Amino acid sequence: MSKKLHVTTTLNGQPTEFLCEARQSLLEVLRDVVGLTGSKEGCNNGNCGACTVLLDGLPVNSCLVLGVEVEGAQVTTIEGIADGSHLHPIQQCFLEGAALQCGICTPGFIMASKALLEKNPNPSEHEIRFELAGNLCRCTGYDKIVRAVQEAAVALK
Amino acid sequence: MKDFEYAAATTLDEAVSLLAAAGTRAKVLAGGTDILVQLREHLRDADLVVDIKKIPDLMAMRYDANQGLSLGASVPCYRIYEDDIISRAYPALTDSARIIGGWQIQSRASIGGNLCNASPAADSIPSLIALDAQCRVVGPQGTRKIPVAEFCTAPGKNALQQGEILVALEIPPPSARSGSRYERFIPRNEMDIAVVGVAVSVRLNEAGDTIESARIALAAVAPTPVFAREASDFLSGKPATPETFEQAGIEARKVAKPISDMRGPADYRVHLVGVLVKRVLAEAVQRAK
Repeated sequence: MSKKLHVTTTLNGQPTEFLCEARQSLLEVLRDVVGLTGSKEGCNNGNCGACTVLLDGLPVNSCLVLGVEVEGAQVTTIEGIADGSHLHPIQQCFLEGAALQCGICTPGFIMASKALLEKNPNPSEHEIRFELAGNLCRCTGYDKIVRAVQEAAVALK
Repeated sequence: MKDFEYAAATTLDEAVSLLAAAGTRAKVLAGGTDILVQLREHLRDADLVVDIKKIPDLMAMRYDANQGLSLGASVPCYRIYEDDIISRAYPALTDSARIIGGWQIQSRASIGGNLCNASPAADSIPSLIALDAQCRVVGPQGTRKIPVAEFCTAPGKNALQQGEILVALEIPPPSARSGSRYERFIPRNEMDIAVVGVAVSVRLNEAGDTIESARIALAAVAPTPVFAREASDFLSGKPATPETFEQAGIEARKVAKPISDMRGPADYRVHLVGVLVKRVLAEAVQRAK
Protein backbone atom coordinates (compact mmCIF):
# COMPACT_ATOMS: atom_id res chain seq x y z
CA MET A 1 0.00 0.00 0.00
CA SER A 2 1.40 3.42 -0.87
CA LYS A 3 2.17 5.79 1.97
CA LYS A 4 -0.33 8.50 2.75
CA LEU A 5 0.50 11.90 1.36
CA HIS A 6 0.55 15.12 3.35
CA VAL A 7 -1.37 17.95 1.74
CA THR A 8 -1.40 21.62 2.74
CA THR A 9 -4.21 23.70 1.31
CA THR A 10 -6.56 26.57 2.08
CA LEU A 11 -10.06 25.32 2.80
CA ASN A 12 -12.85 27.87 3.19
CA GLY A 13 -10.25 30.50 3.90
CA GLN A 14 -8.47 28.46 6.59
CA PRO A 15 -5.02 26.92 6.22
CA THR A 16 -5.70 23.19 6.40
CA GLU A 17 -3.54 20.07 6.37
CA PHE A 18 -4.62 16.50 5.84
CA LEU A 19 -3.25 13.05 5.11
CA CYS A 20 -4.72 11.03 2.28
CA GLU A 21 -4.01 8.16 -0.06
CA ALA A 22 -3.14 9.13 -3.62
CA ARG A 23 -6.31 7.48 -4.90
CA GLN A 24 -8.70 9.40 -2.63
CA SER A 25 -10.71 12.04 -4.45
CA LEU A 26 -11.14 15.53 -3.04
CA LEU A 27 -14.77 14.56 -2.40
CA GLU A 28 -13.68 11.60 -0.26
CA VAL A 29 -11.15 13.75 1.56
CA LEU A 30 -13.70 16.47 2.31
CA ARG A 31 -16.31 14.02 3.55
CA ASP A 32 -14.28 11.24 5.17
CA VAL A 33 -11.02 12.87 6.24
CA VAL A 34 -11.85 16.51 6.97
CA GLY A 35 -15.45 15.81 7.97
CA LEU A 36 -17.18 18.35 5.70
CA THR A 37 -20.14 16.35 4.46
CA GLY A 38 -21.94 19.19 2.70
CA SER A 39 -20.55 18.15 -0.69
CA LYS A 40 -22.51 15.11 -1.86
CA GLU A 41 -21.69 12.03 -3.88
CA GLY A 42 -24.35 11.67 -6.57
CA CYS A 43 -22.58 9.73 -9.28
CA ASN A 44 -18.84 9.69 -8.56
CA ASN A 45 -18.09 10.12 -12.27
CA GLY A 46 -18.53 13.78 -13.12
CA ASN A 47 -22.08 13.71 -14.46
CA CYS A 48 -24.29 15.11 -11.72
CA GLY A 49 -22.45 18.01 -10.08
CA ALA A 50 -23.65 17.19 -6.55
CA CYS A 51 -20.01 17.26 -5.45
CA THR A 52 -19.30 20.71 -6.91
CA VAL A 53 -16.79 22.82 -5.00
CA LEU A 54 -14.78 25.87 -6.05
CA LEU A 55 -11.11 25.25 -6.74
CA ASP A 56 -9.24 28.54 -7.09
CA GLY A 57 -12.65 30.08 -7.80
CA LEU A 58 -13.61 27.62 -10.54
CA PRO A 59 -16.45 25.13 -10.14
CA VAL A 60 -15.14 21.55 -10.33
CA ASN A 61 -16.51 18.08 -9.64
CA SER A 62 -14.61 17.17 -6.50
CA CYS A 63 -15.10 13.48 -7.37
CA LEU A 64 -12.75 14.04 -10.30
CA VAL A 65 -10.02 15.89 -8.43
CA LEU A 66 -7.55 13.90 -6.31
CA GLY A 67 -7.05 15.10 -2.74
CA VAL A 68 -3.35 15.52 -3.46
CA GLU A 69 -4.07 17.88 -6.33
CA VAL A 70 -5.28 20.71 -4.06
CA GLU A 71 -1.83 21.28 -2.58
CA GLY A 72 -1.35 25.04 -2.42
CA ALA A 73 -4.82 25.79 -3.83
CA GLN A 74 -7.92 27.57 -2.49
CA VAL A 75 -10.89 25.28 -1.97
CA THR A 76 -14.35 26.59 -1.16
CA THR A 77 -17.18 24.28 -0.16
CA ILE A 78 -20.82 24.83 0.74
CA GLU A 79 -19.75 25.06 4.37
CA GLY A 80 -17.69 28.12 3.54
CA ILE A 81 -20.10 30.52 1.92
CA ALA A 82 -22.32 31.69 4.78
CA ASP A 83 -21.07 34.58 6.89
CA GLY A 84 -21.33 33.16 10.39
CA SER A 85 -25.06 32.67 10.90
CA HIS A 86 -25.95 34.90 7.95
CA LEU A 87 -26.75 32.79 4.93
CA HIS A 88 -25.25 33.75 1.60
CA PRO A 89 -27.90 35.46 -0.57
CA ILE A 90 -27.90 32.45 -2.91
CA GLN A 91 -28.70 30.14 0.02
CA GLN A 92 -31.41 32.53 1.16
CA CYS A 93 -32.98 32.64 -2.30
CA PHE A 94 -32.95 28.84 -2.62
CA LEU A 95 -34.73 28.55 0.74
CA GLU A 96 -37.26 31.28 0.14
CA GLY A 97 -37.90 30.08 -3.41
CA ALA A 98 -38.33 26.45 -2.27
CA ALA A 99 -35.70 25.51 -4.85
CA LEU A 100 -35.06 22.14 -3.25
CA GLN A 101 -36.91 18.99 -2.20
CA CYS A 102 -34.54 16.24 -1.08
CA GLY A 103 -31.65 18.69 -1.10
CA ILE A 104 -28.94 16.35 -2.35
CA CYS A 105 -28.22 18.42 -5.47
CA THR A 106 -28.52 21.70 -3.60
CA PRO A 107 -24.98 22.30 -2.30
CA GLY A 108 -23.63 21.60 -5.78
CA PHE A 109 -26.15 23.94 -7.39
CA ILE A 110 -25.40 26.69 -4.89
CA MET A 111 -21.65 26.45 -5.47
CA ALA A 112 -22.06 26.45 -9.25
CA SER A 113 -24.53 29.34 -9.03
CA LYS A 114 -22.13 31.31 -6.86
CA ALA A 115 -19.40 30.88 -9.46
CA LEU A 116 -21.85 31.79 -12.23
CA LEU A 117 -23.00 35.01 -10.62
CA GLU A 118 -19.42 36.01 -9.90
CA LYS A 119 -18.53 35.51 -13.57
CA ASN A 120 -21.78 36.88 -14.99
CA PRO A 121 -23.79 39.01 -12.53
CA ASN A 122 -26.75 39.31 -14.86
CA PRO A 123 -27.29 36.02 -16.65
CA SER A 124 -30.26 35.33 -18.89
CA GLU A 125 -32.43 32.31 -18.18
CA HIS A 126 -30.76 30.53 -21.10
CA GLU A 127 -27.30 31.30 -19.71
CA ILE A 128 -28.30 30.06 -16.25
CA ARG A 129 -29.57 26.76 -17.67
CA PHE A 130 -26.52 26.35 -19.90
CA GLU A 131 -23.91 27.12 -17.26
CA LEU A 132 -25.67 24.93 -14.67
CA ALA A 133 -26.04 22.02 -17.10
CA GLY A 134 -23.44 20.14 -15.09
CA ASN A 135 -25.80 20.03 -12.09
CA LEU A 136 -28.63 17.51 -12.19
CA CYS A 137 -31.77 17.49 -10.03
CA ARG A 138 -34.20 14.59 -9.89
CA CYS A 139 -36.81 16.28 -7.72
CA THR A 140 -37.63 19.83 -8.72
CA GLY A 141 -37.75 19.98 -12.51
CA TYR A 142 -35.23 22.86 -12.32
CA ASP A 143 -37.76 25.68 -12.62
CA LYS A 144 -37.57 26.88 -9.01
CA ILE A 145 -33.79 26.51 -9.06
CA VAL A 146 -33.51 28.80 -12.10
CA ARG A 147 -35.84 31.34 -10.48
CA ALA A 148 -33.81 31.23 -7.26
CA VAL A 149 -30.64 32.01 -9.22
CA GLN A 150 -32.42 34.90 -10.94
CA GLU A 151 -33.55 36.23 -7.56
CA ALA A 152 -30.04 35.83 -6.19
CA ALA A 153 -28.65 37.84 -9.12
CA VAL A 154 -30.93 40.70 -8.07
CA ALA A 155 -30.12 40.27 -4.38
CA LEU A 156 -26.37 40.37 -5.07
CA LYS A 157 -26.48 43.70 -6.90
CA MET B 1 -10.20 2.55 -6.97
CA LYS B 2 -7.10 0.37 -6.91
CA ASP B 3 -4.21 1.83 -4.93
CA PHE B 4 -1.60 3.76 -6.91
CA GLU B 5 1.43 5.99 -6.37
CA TYR B 6 1.22 9.65 -7.36
CA ALA B 7 4.06 11.71 -8.77
CA ALA B 8 3.88 15.29 -10.01
CA ALA B 9 6.57 15.87 -12.66
CA THR B 10 7.90 19.42 -12.86
CA THR B 11 9.84 18.96 -16.10
CA LEU B 12 9.18 17.15 -19.36
CA ASP B 13 12.33 15.04 -18.91
CA GLU B 14 11.13 13.90 -15.51
CA ALA B 15 7.73 12.92 -16.87
CA VAL B 16 9.22 11.03 -19.82
CA SER B 17 11.62 9.15 -17.50
CA LEU B 18 8.86 8.19 -15.09
CA LEU B 19 6.59 6.98 -17.89
CA ALA B 20 9.33 5.13 -19.77
CA ALA B 21 10.44 3.36 -16.59
CA ALA B 22 6.96 2.36 -15.46
CA GLY B 23 5.81 1.23 -18.88
CA THR B 24 2.15 0.25 -19.10
CA ARG B 25 1.84 0.49 -15.30
CA ALA B 26 1.76 4.31 -15.44
CA LYS B 27 -0.90 6.70 -16.63
CA VAL B 28 -0.71 10.42 -17.24
CA LEU B 29 -2.97 12.74 -15.21
CA ALA B 30 -4.01 16.04 -16.75
CA GLY B 31 -7.59 17.17 -16.02
CA GLY B 32 -8.51 13.74 -14.69
CA THR B 33 -12.07 13.83 -15.99
CA ASP B 34 -11.64 10.71 -18.12
CA ILE B 35 -8.76 8.81 -16.49
CA LEU B 36 -10.05 8.92 -12.90
CA VAL B 37 -13.44 7.55 -13.97
CA GLN B 38 -11.71 4.81 -15.96
CA LEU B 39 -9.41 3.88 -13.06
CA ARG B 40 -12.40 3.77 -10.75
CA GLU B 41 -14.35 1.53 -13.14
CA HIS B 42 -11.30 -0.65 -13.92
CA LEU B 43 -11.45 0.20 -17.63
CA ARG B 44 -7.84 1.36 -17.40
CA ASP B 45 -5.22 0.41 -14.87
CA ALA B 46 -2.35 2.22 -13.15
CA ASP B 47 0.17 1.58 -10.39
CA LEU B 48 1.59 5.07 -10.91
CA VAL B 49 -0.22 8.24 -11.88
CA VAL B 50 2.03 10.97 -13.28
CA ASP B 51 0.53 14.44 -12.88
CA ILE B 52 1.82 16.65 -15.71
CA LYS B 53 0.07 19.91 -14.79
CA LYS B 54 3.18 21.32 -13.11
CA ILE B 55 5.16 21.23 -16.38
CA PRO B 56 5.06 24.76 -17.83
CA ASP B 57 4.96 23.67 -21.50
CA LEU B 58 1.89 21.53 -20.87
CA MET B 59 -0.08 24.45 -19.43
CA ALA B 60 1.09 27.17 -21.82
CA MET B 61 -1.18 28.71 -24.43
CA ARG B 62 0.69 30.83 -26.98
CA TYR B 63 -0.92 32.53 -29.94
CA ASP B 64 0.58 34.71 -32.61
CA ALA B 65 -1.24 35.82 -35.77
CA ASN B 66 1.72 34.66 -37.88
CA GLN B 67 2.76 31.47 -36.03
CA GLY B 68 -0.66 30.27 -35.00
CA LEU B 69 -1.57 28.59 -31.75
CA SER B 70 0.54 26.36 -29.54
CA LEU B 71 -1.91 24.86 -27.06
CA GLY B 72 -0.34 22.98 -24.15
CA ALA B 73 -1.89 19.53 -23.92
CA SER B 74 -3.11 20.02 -20.33
CA VAL B 75 -4.65 23.48 -20.77
CA PRO B 76 -8.24 23.25 -19.46
CA CYS B 77 -11.06 23.97 -21.90
CA TYR B 78 -12.26 27.10 -20.11
CA ARG B 79 -9.01 28.93 -20.85
CA ILE B 80 -9.72 28.63 -24.56
CA TYR B 81 -13.18 30.11 -24.57
CA GLU B 82 -12.33 32.77 -22.01
CA ASP B 83 -9.59 34.06 -24.31
CA ASP B 84 -11.14 36.53 -26.76
CA ILE B 85 -8.33 36.42 -29.29
CA ILE B 86 -7.97 32.65 -29.42
CA SER B 87 -11.70 31.99 -29.40
CA ARG B 88 -12.15 34.34 -32.34
CA ALA B 89 -9.23 32.86 -34.28
CA TYR B 90 -10.39 29.25 -33.85
CA PRO B 91 -14.18 29.26 -33.49
CA ALA B 92 -14.63 25.52 -34.09
CA LEU B 93 -12.21 24.70 -31.28
CA THR B 94 -14.05 27.13 -29.02
CA ASP B 95 -17.39 25.53 -29.96
CA SER B 96 -15.92 22.18 -28.88
CA ALA B 97 -14.36 23.47 -25.64
CA ARG B 98 -17.70 25.01 -24.66
CA ILE B 99 -19.66 21.75 -24.85
CA ILE B 100 -17.34 19.07 -23.57
CA GLY B 101 -19.26 18.00 -20.45
CA GLY B 102 -20.39 21.00 -18.45
CA TRP B 103 -18.68 23.90 -16.70
CA GLN B 104 -17.26 21.72 -13.92
CA ILE B 105 -15.65 19.44 -16.49
CA GLN B 106 -14.37 22.36 -18.59
CA SER B 107 -12.62 23.78 -15.53
CA ARG B 108 -10.30 20.76 -15.56
CA ALA B 109 -10.58 18.75 -18.80
CA SER B 110 -8.08 19.53 -21.54
CA ILE B 111 -8.21 19.34 -25.34
CA GLY B 112 -5.00 17.27 -25.23
CA GLY B 113 -6.63 14.83 -22.85
CA ASN B 114 -9.76 14.66 -24.99
CA LEU B 115 -7.53 13.76 -27.94
CA CYS B 116 -5.39 11.19 -26.08
CA ASN B 117 -8.49 9.49 -24.64
CA ALA B 118 -9.33 8.84 -28.32
CA SER B 119 -13.06 8.34 -28.02
CA PRO B 120 -14.54 8.11 -31.53
CA ALA B 121 -17.15 10.62 -30.31
CA ALA B 122 -14.67 13.13 -28.83
CA ASP B 123 -15.92 16.66 -29.41
CA SER B 124 -12.56 18.38 -29.88
CA ILE B 125 -10.98 16.05 -32.40
CA PRO B 126 -13.04 16.95 -35.49
CA SER B 127 -12.30 20.62 -34.80
CA LEU B 128 -8.59 19.91 -34.48
CA ILE B 129 -8.67 17.96 -37.75
CA ALA B 130 -10.66 20.65 -39.55
CA LEU B 131 -8.19 23.26 -38.32
CA ASP B 132 -5.29 21.08 -39.56
CA ALA B 133 -3.72 20.69 -36.12
CA GLN B 134 -0.51 18.80 -35.42
CA CYS B 135 0.52 16.98 -32.23
CA ARG B 136 3.92 17.78 -30.72
CA VAL B 137 4.97 14.60 -28.95
CA VAL B 138 8.04 14.16 -26.72
CA GLY B 139 9.46 10.82 -25.66
CA PRO B 140 12.65 8.93 -24.85
CA GLN B 141 13.66 9.12 -28.53
CA GLY B 142 13.08 12.87 -28.76
CA THR B 143 10.39 15.03 -30.34
CA ARG B 144 8.08 14.19 -33.24
CA LYS B 145 5.02 15.66 -34.91
CA ILE B 146 1.87 13.70 -35.71
CA PRO B 147 -1.09 15.15 -37.61
CA VAL B 148 -4.17 15.00 -35.38
CA ALA B 149 -5.98 13.22 -38.23
CA GLU B 150 -3.57 10.28 -37.73
CA PHE B 151 -3.36 10.33 -33.93
CA CYS B 152 -6.30 8.09 -33.01
CA THR B 153 -5.72 4.51 -34.10
CA ALA B 154 -8.75 2.66 -32.67
CA PRO B 155 -11.49 3.39 -30.12
CA GLY B 156 -9.63 4.51 -26.99
CA LYS B 157 -6.20 4.03 -28.56
CA ASN B 158 -3.69 6.56 -29.84
CA ALA B 159 -0.34 6.66 -31.62
CA LEU B 160 1.77 7.41 -28.52
CA GLN B 161 4.57 4.94 -27.88
CA GLN B 162 5.90 3.91 -24.45
CA GLY B 163 7.20 6.90 -22.52
CA GLU B 164 5.79 9.47 -24.97
CA ILE B 165 3.69 12.44 -23.90
CA LEU B 166 1.55 14.74 -25.99
CA VAL B 167 3.02 18.14 -25.14
CA ALA B 168 1.06 20.55 -27.32
CA LEU B 169 -1.38 20.93 -30.18
CA GLU B 170 -0.09 23.20 -32.90
CA ILE B 171 -2.66 24.91 -35.09
CA PRO B 172 -1.76 27.06 -38.12
CA PRO B 173 -2.77 30.74 -38.09
CA PRO B 174 -6.22 31.39 -39.55
CA SER B 175 -6.17 32.75 -43.09
CA ALA B 176 -8.11 35.78 -44.17
CA ARG B 177 -11.73 35.04 -45.05
CA SER B 178 -11.72 31.77 -43.10
CA GLY B 179 -14.32 30.49 -40.68
CA SER B 180 -14.93 27.30 -38.74
CA ARG B 181 -17.63 25.64 -36.66
CA TYR B 182 -18.31 22.47 -34.66
CA GLU B 183 -21.78 21.13 -33.96
CA ARG B 184 -23.06 17.81 -32.68
CA PHE B 185 -26.36 16.02 -32.34
CA ILE B 186 -27.24 14.92 -28.81
CA PRO B 187 -30.54 13.90 -27.18
CA ARG B 188 -30.45 16.65 -24.51
CA ASN B 189 -29.18 20.20 -24.83
CA GLU B 190 -25.93 19.72 -22.95
CA MET B 191 -23.75 17.11 -21.29
CA ASP B 192 -24.40 14.12 -23.61
CA ILE B 193 -21.94 12.28 -25.81
CA ALA B 194 -22.14 13.09 -29.53
CA VAL B 195 -24.38 10.85 -31.60
CA VAL B 196 -22.79 12.57 -34.60
CA GLY B 197 -20.33 15.50 -34.51
CA VAL B 198 -19.22 17.63 -37.46
CA ALA B 199 -16.47 20.26 -37.72
CA VAL B 200 -15.87 22.37 -40.79
CA SER B 201 -13.21 24.92 -41.62
CA VAL B 202 -13.53 26.97 -44.83
CA ARG B 203 -11.63 29.65 -46.68
CA LEU B 204 -13.52 31.86 -49.13
CA ASN B 205 -12.33 33.90 -52.10
CA GLU B 206 -12.14 37.66 -51.90
CA ALA B 207 -15.65 38.15 -53.21
CA GLY B 208 -16.89 35.75 -50.52
CA ASP B 209 -18.99 33.76 -53.00
CA THR B 210 -16.68 30.79 -53.66
CA ILE B 211 -15.07 28.24 -51.36
CA GLU B 212 -11.32 28.15 -52.00
CA SER B 213 -10.69 25.28 -49.62
CA ALA B 214 -12.45 23.39 -46.85
CA ARG B 215 -11.82 20.67 -44.31
CA ILE B 216 -14.67 18.54 -42.97
CA ALA B 217 -14.20 16.14 -40.04
CA LEU B 218 -16.69 13.81 -38.34
CA ALA B 219 -17.12 12.34 -34.86
CA ALA B 220 -18.96 9.23 -33.69
CA VAL B 221 -19.43 7.63 -37.10
CA ALA B 222 -16.34 5.40 -37.29
CA PRO B 223 -13.85 3.71 -34.94
CA THR B 224 -11.87 6.96 -34.93
CA PRO B 225 -12.70 10.57 -35.81
CA VAL B 226 -12.68 10.90 -39.59
CA PHE B 227 -11.29 13.48 -41.99
CA ALA B 228 -13.81 13.52 -44.86
CA ARG B 229 -11.18 14.00 -47.55
CA GLU B 230 -13.33 13.58 -50.67
CA ALA B 231 -16.09 15.84 -49.38
CA SER B 232 -13.47 18.43 -48.39
CA ASP B 233 -11.73 18.29 -51.79
CA PHE B 234 -15.10 18.45 -53.56
CA LEU B 235 -15.66 21.91 -52.08
CA SER B 236 -12.59 23.55 -53.69
CA GLY B 237 -13.71 26.14 -56.18
CA LYS B 238 -17.43 25.52 -55.58
CA PRO B 239 -19.87 28.38 -55.09
CA ALA B 240 -20.81 28.95 -51.46
CA THR B 241 -24.47 28.08 -51.95
CA PRO B 242 -27.00 25.81 -50.23
CA GLU B 243 -26.83 23.43 -53.19
CA THR B 244 -23.09 23.04 -52.68
CA PHE B 245 -23.55 22.50 -48.96
CA GLU B 246 -26.18 19.83 -49.62
CA GLN B 247 -23.88 18.04 -52.05
CA ALA B 248 -20.99 18.16 -49.58
CA GLY B 249 -23.27 16.51 -47.02
CA ILE B 250 -24.02 13.70 -49.47
CA GLU B 251 -20.29 13.22 -50.16
CA ALA B 252 -19.45 13.21 -46.44
CA ARG B 253 -22.01 10.50 -45.74
CA LYS B 254 -19.93 8.09 -47.83
CA VAL B 255 -17.16 8.00 -45.21
CA ALA B 256 -19.53 7.53 -42.30
CA LYS B 257 -19.35 3.93 -41.05
CA PRO B 258 -21.18 4.14 -37.71
CA ILE B 259 -22.35 1.34 -35.49
CA SER B 260 -25.82 1.05 -34.00
CA ASP B 261 -25.69 1.46 -30.25
CA MET B 262 -27.75 2.88 -27.42
CA ARG B 263 -27.27 6.40 -28.77
CA GLY B 264 -28.78 5.67 -32.15
CA PRO B 265 -29.03 3.32 -35.13
CA ALA B 266 -26.36 3.39 -37.83
CA ASP B 267 -28.61 4.55 -40.67
CA TYR B 268 -29.89 7.47 -38.58
CA ARG B 269 -26.32 8.53 -37.89
CA VAL B 270 -25.47 8.47 -41.59
CA HIS B 271 -28.54 10.62 -42.23
CA LEU B 272 -27.42 13.04 -39.50
CA VAL B 273 -24.01 13.42 -41.14
CA GLY B 274 -25.71 14.79 -44.26
CA VAL B 275 -27.87 17.17 -42.25
CA LEU B 276 -25.11 18.44 -39.98
CA VAL B 277 -22.46 18.86 -42.69
CA LYS B 278 -24.86 21.01 -44.70
CA ARG B 279 -25.73 23.09 -41.62
CA VAL B 280 -22.21 23.42 -40.19
CA LEU B 281 -20.74 24.27 -43.59
CA ALA B 282 -23.28 27.09 -44.01
CA GLU B 283 -22.41 28.42 -40.54
CA ALA B 284 -18.66 28.19 -41.16
CA VAL B 285 -19.13 30.12 -44.41
CA GLN B 286 -21.12 32.77 -42.53
CA ARG B 287 -18.30 33.13 -40.03
CA ALA B 288 -15.80 33.43 -42.88
CA LYS B 289 -17.58 36.46 -44.30
